[in-house]
Amino acid sequence: MHDFYPHNVERVSVLLVAFQSVLILVSLLVLIAFLLYADRKVWAAVQLRRGPNVVGPFGLLQSFADLLKFALKEPVIPSGANKFVFLLAPLVMSISALSAWAVIPFSEGWVISDLNVGILYIFAMSSLGVYGVILGGWASNSKYAFLGALRSAAQMVSYEVSIGLVIISVLLCVGSLNLTEIIQAQRTGLAVWLGLPWLSFLNWFWLPLFPLFIIFFISALSETNRPPFDLPEAESELVAGFMVEYSSTPYLLFMLGEYVAIVMMCALTTILFLGGWLPLLDIAPLNWVPGIVWFILKLWLVFFMFAIVKAFVPRYRYDQLMRLGWKVFLPLSLLMLFIVAGVRQYMLLPA
Amino acid sequence: MNLFSAFFYLFSTLTVASASMVVFSRNPVHSTLFLVLSFFNVAGLFVLLGAEFLAMTLILVYVGAVSVLFLFIVMMLDINFVKLNEGFMSYLPIGACVMGVLLIELFIAFGAWKGFPNAYNLLQAPIEEHLSNTEALGRVLYTRYVYHFQSAGLILLIAMIGAIVLTLRHKPGVLRQVVADQIARCPETSVEIRKVKSGQGI
Repeated sequence: MHDFYPHNVERVSVLLVAFQSVLILVSLLVLIAFLLYADRKVWAAVQLRRGPNVVGPFGLLQSFADLLKFALKEPVIPSGANKFVFLLAPLVMSISALSAWAVIPFSEGWVISDLNVGILYIFAMSSLGVYGVILGGWASNSKYAFLGALRSAAQMVSYEVSIGLVIISVLLCVGSLNLTEIIQAQRTGLAVWLGLPWLSFLNWFWLPLFPLFIIFFISALSETNRPPFDLPEAESELVAGFMVEYSSTPYLLFMLGEYVAIVMMCALTTILFLGGWLPLLDIAPLNWVPGIVWFILKLWLVFFMFAIVKAFVPRYRYDQLMRLGWKVFLPLSLLMLFIVAGVRQYMLLPA
Repeated sequence: MNLFSAFFYLFSTLTVASASMVVFSRNPVHSTLFLVLSFFNVAGLFVLLGAEFLAMTLILVYVGAVSVLFLFIVMMLDINFVKLNEGFMSYLPIGACVMGVLLIELFIAFGAWKGFPNAYNLLQAPIEEHLSNTEALGRVLYTRYVYHFQSAGLILLIAMIGAIVLTLRHKPGVLRQVVADQIARCPETSVEIRKVKSGQGI
């Protein structure tokens, strides 16, 4: 029980933690509503369409209209479905995705629970998302849904392996599993080493661990079932994958869980590779900006990359997806792990 | 009762309850789900003990990977429940006997069990203060027990290779995708242009 709990855990106001959690939850959901809108706008812009433009100014309120529509419709439960598991699955998906946000540091000290195993916690929570998928597919009692679920579960489990190895490489450079310390470790690095400490974006891990950054990004796409790896929902083969039988609020929960997981992966990319809340350049006007602004900006940038990839990359074939995961990313990330460990051990560089 | 003991009783009750539901529920998928629930509660107990690394690894490995495979297998199995429950009553006395004997043995064993008062001082690798338990575990595993740890890993690797060797077969008639060959193709080697006069075939 060393630094896992604050020693005065009995005195830490439960109310305060509850208030912080609600605050993060609400702002996260509002952020996701607008990110969903941004996703559709980017997609539309690439295809020379206008995208959502009717509800509210520039269609900004489209997501809220969708929310109302989902919430007010009748949830249909198929008669052959296993009712309890059918309703449990979307809950598992969205709750596991949301609970991972408890350890994300938005700025220096802005974190609900500063666990010393933060990254493991996030990894564990994101590996739970697969239950929502597999249970939803099974409980629907539909062949399309079941096949979609099996595919999706296999895909998510496969890419977790390479994500895990990438995370281990980053941890080797940091020497801690705490997310705050992972960001603090990116204060020094290449720029300091070159004698130009104000070029702080060169300090972040994306540059020394460049291949891993790419592997992580692509694996994150796959882990969250984003295009070009959206095979569970490949509508040309499986109608809508594991979500075929879902409607109204349970469907909303699935979509919410998926988007929360996507934004989670964006946040994780920001923390592991883009320096979290650290400013882009460590010079006067830029380092006055509060950390949360930098964090959100970087998160948006990564999400923009997610959206762009969705717009212009065609969907992978299933065997190619598995090949990429097991035969390309796994050996590559394992090799990088060895290299990083060797550099750490024998050259004593700060990564 | 403080917060810790409240959570301890919550987690342990749920662990025992869900563990018994693993055995008693009729649907094997429900059994697997209860198994997941009990893993979760055990992870909660680990957190209460201050073993947060073990808790997270338990969730990561057992809930995130192993139980998913259990679910896969259970869902794929075509289990005939009528046949499975057949003869339940005829086997019940034997089963009850075995269970009774085991229970008595457990009572005897734990009735006579006494903790050695000096046990903590005899620890082979005592936990150092000021270390997070991730670091403490790592130090013990990679220094003192490195050979045991590595050979355990090696055994797992051999098991994995064995499973792959058993199932992987190359049928002669099946075409396989070789990505390097596909990328190495160029128009000169793969396209042949011929001038064909009209009305004539090649």
